[in-house]
Amino acid sequence: MIRLEGVRKSYGAVQALAGLDLEVPSGCIYGLLGPNAAGKTTALRILCTLLAPDAGRVWLDDIDVLAQPRLARRRLGYVAQDAALDKILSGREMLHLHGALYHLRRDTTRRRVVELAARLEMAAWLDRPCGAYSGGMRRRLDLATGLLHHPPLLVLDEPTAGLDLESRYALWAVLRQLKAEGTTVLLSSHDLEEVNTLADELAILDQGALIAAGQPSQLKAALGGERITLKLREFASDGEASQALALLQQQAGVSQPVVNRSQGNAISFFARDARLVEALRQQLQDHGLPIFCLSQSQPSLDDVYLQATGRTLMDAELAMATTRDTKAEQKAAMR
Amino acid sequence: MTGLPAHSPSAAPRPADSGVFAWAEVLQETLALSGRLFLQLQRRPTTLVAGVLQPLVWLVLFGALFQRAPEGLLPGGLSYGRFLGAGIIVFTAFSGALNAGLPVMFDREFGFLNRLLVAPLRSRYSIVLASVLYITSLSGVQSLAIMGTAAVMGNGWPGGSGLVVVAIVLLLLVLAVTGLSLGLAFALPGHIELLAVIFVANLPLLFASTALAPLSFMPPWLAWLAALNPLSFAIEPIRAVYNGSPNWSTVVLDAPYGSVTMGACLLVLAGLAGLLFLSIRPLLRRKLG
Repeated sequence: MIRLEGVRKSYGAVQALAGLDLEVPSGCIYGLLGPNAAGKTTALRILCTLLAPDAGRVWLDDIDVLAQPRLARRRLGYVAQDAALDKILSGREMLHLHGALYHLRRDTTRRRVVELAARLEMAAWLDRPCGAYSGGMRRRLDLATGLLHHPPLLVLDEPTAGLDLESRYALWAVLRQLKAEGTTVLLSSHDLEEVNTLADELAILDQGALIAAGQPSQLKAALGGERITLKLREFASDGEASQALALLQQQAGVSQPVVNRSQGNAISFFARDARLVEALRQQLQDHGLPIFCLSQSQPSLDDVYLQATGRTLMDAELAMATTRDTKAEQKAAMR
Repeated sequence: MTGLPAHSPSAAPRPADSGVFAWAEVLQETLALSGRLFLQLQRRPTTLVAGVLQPLVWLVLFGALFQRAPEGLLPGGLSYGRFLGAGIIVFTAFSGALNAGLPVMFDREFGFLNRLLVAPLRSRYSIVLASVLYITSLSGVQSLAIMGTAAVMGNGWPGGSGLVVVAIVLLLLVLAVTGLSLGLAFALPGHIELLAVIFVANLPLLFASTALAPLSFMPPWLAWLAALNPLSFAIEPIRAVYNGSPNWSTVVLDAPYGSVTMGACLLVLAGLAGLLFLSIRPLLRRKLG
């Protein structure tokens, strides 16, 4: 089991983790979901001993990760989001280098490389220089380096970012296989489908804090009923949206109404019963409020995020894209 | 991609987690990391070739420039070619060692260092040790190439014991400068800054030493600078070796502040190497710890 207790981390004035508490059970695929700059990578880097937190404790089973980092490193394989490969070395040479750094015997490394090359379908290109690899090949090699020493915990940061669909599904299959063999897989992603499809359990992070955790089905069910999105107009005014929100808040069987400003003041809420929708339609009309569109759907993880933060993951990504200083983050990631 | 074999976590305690076993692990890490650098060199030998070509051009051009200098102008009646040889050998080793931090800086910038640091290295100093091993070997090969060329050009060859002195001097110098360069590689924000420091330090240190001219040719202020320049403490013992069979108490440098013996030169170089490595230790501990 992985346990993070009150982990805090700041980069200058920017708070990346604001007292994160997290428990990851053994033997499952656990997803860390959140928009860019939610603190996912920072949390993973702290767990993998690449970064020291400002405060908090981190446990990997019975190992105090901050006090015994070398012991923790033996137990985990880390597949970073943007780890560099040595372009001059071949994939096989990279794996042999890693084998030596994990103090594997040379014949053990050789045997493991053959196994992994066969299982991850790398044999055809493993002796080519890494500089010639495509994104999918790089990911497979990254995964192979993470698995070379048979770690009981595999940590992956945005494992399928930038991959084509085929490589993505192939990687998912490998992760499921690993889980079936007893490996705990902890992955971060801002891809809803990936976490929804793969993860047995997940935690949603926003601005360095945990906003929800549990099984995907439980989190979605906790929202209650069907998800309704109401648009009064294509771009409704704040006043109209507030009026409709007040109406919905008084309506029995309606829960968690939220105004989504970035989507033309659309209002999202959950209706215990689909039959409520007709009654609502009538009520809105009685109060002179127009209806531009009213849609029903099953709750998604995005709804979990929306209900907790008042914005969708996509909106959070877009907002972050304008404020994020990637150069400063890159410098902060440098040792 | 198909299924993976059942995993067998390697988390179990190692059979012996100390002593000889620990050293064996450090050795395994160091050899693997330096092996990577040698593989890079083998596949991209430009660094090696350029590192030999540049001093060779200096040797040939500067040697020719002062070929007709009046005899007896230089101390000990040396020809300029023989005088210059020692300076160029030291310059070769110095330039090579000054670049030692570049691979580390690129590893920092591109994230490869993080890949190394997530591994359970017995000692993260093995990353530094691998660089030292690589640069020392590279400088050794480059210096030997220059010495061989100088010999072919008629500028002499140090005897057996002379070679030992040359090797010790170059080793101490390379260790000191490699320490400095690695310190810079961890302290500076990027390779542009590191290259700027290398660019600024390289030639002025050469010119402000006894590599190209003796102290007696220099104005007093420059003679003081050159006599304090660590490069001069490396150049003069090698020059003395090329000029005869000196011992530890042979005066090799008539500095403005007094006479400096061969033994003193070696002590200064050893002290400098030790001091530089001690001074970068806190930085390395912070960056690699």
